[in-house]
Amino acid sequence: MAIGLAHYLTVAAILFTLGIFGIFLNRKNVIIMLMSIELMLLAVSINFVAFSVFLGDLVGQAFAMFVLTVAAAEAAIGLAILVVYFRNRGTIAVEDINMMKG
Amino acid sequence: MIVQTIMFYIFAALAVAAGVLVVSSRNPVHSVLFLIVAFFNAAGLFVLIGAEFLAMILVIVYVGAVAVLFLFVVMMLDIDFAQLRGGFVRYLPIGALVGFILLAELVLIIGSWVVFPGVPSAAAASGAPLTNTRALGDILYTRYLFAFQSAGLILLVAMIGAIVLTLRHRADVRRQSISAQLARTRAQSVEVVKVPIGSGSR
Repeated sequence: MAIGLAHYLTVAAILFTLGIFGIFLNRKNVIIMLMSIELMLLAVSINFVAFSVFLGDLVGQAFAMFVLTVAAAEAAIGLAILVVYFRNRGTIAVEDINMMKG
Repeated sequence: MIVQTIMFYIFAALAVAAGVLVVSSRNPVHSVLFLIVAFFNAAGLFVLIGAEFLAMILVIVYVGAVAVLFLFVVMMLDIDFAQLRGGFVRYLPIGALVGFILLAELVLIIGSWVVFPGVPSAAAASGAPLTNTRALGDILYTRYLFAFQSAGLILLVAMIGAIVLTLRHRADVRRQSISAQLARTRAQSVEVVKVPIGSGSR
C-alpha cells in the first residue's frame, strides 16, 4: 500500500492534537506549554510539506521554512521572558502570573 | 516501495510516541529529549517525502538550536517541577475531550477530502531534474525574496529582544574597568622604599 497524502495529514493531525492536549494537560508548567506549541508548529510544517510535495508546488516548502523561522524566534523570546520572570518572581507557575489581572 | 512504506510507519509511530511522551513526561528534561526524538523522526518523514533541504534545516534549527535552548532553560531554572504537575489529573478529562473532538474533526476532514482532479500530481512534478535544495533556492531568492528578508528581520528582532530582556546590570559585582586600568601611572602604583642594611623591611 503506497503512502499517500492522507497518511502524512493523519500524522500531522495526531501531532497537532497532541500539542493541544499537552497545553490542556500541563496547565501549570509554561515550559511544557511552549514545547507543545513547538509540536503544533511541527505538525503544521508537516502539513505544508506534504501538500507541497503531493501537489507538485514548492511554495509550501518555502512557507514551511518561514514557519520554522517564526518558531525559532518565538521559542527564543518566550524562553527569555520566562527567564526574566523567574528571576523577578522566583516561580513559573502559570496561576501565579496574574499581575495584570487579565 | 515496500521499504518506504515500512520506514514511513516507523518514523510516524516514533514521532507520535515521542509526542505523547513530551506532553506526559514527569521530568521536563525528558520532555525536551523526547521533543528532539520527535523532531528527528519528522525530519525522517521529510526525507521520505522528498523534502531533503527542509529535513536538514529541521535537524539544524530545531534540534541544534531550539531544543538545546529549551534544555538550557529547563536546567537553569531552579524549580520544583513535581509541584508544577499538581493539576495533571484534574485537567486530563477536559484535555482528552478537547483533543478527541479536534482529532475527530481533523480525521473527518482528511477522510472526506480529495485533491481537485485538475491539479498536477506528485508523479508529474518528480520528473524535474533540479535537486530539492536548488529548486527551493530558485523560488526563495526570486519570488519570495521579500518574505525571506522579512524572516531574517524577524530573527534579528527576536535576537535583540532576547538579549535586551535577559541582560541585567548587577550593582554588587566588581567588574574590570579598562579605562581605570589604562589611566594608572607609575606614580600611583609603584612605591620605592629605601631599606637600611640589617633592619629588614618589616
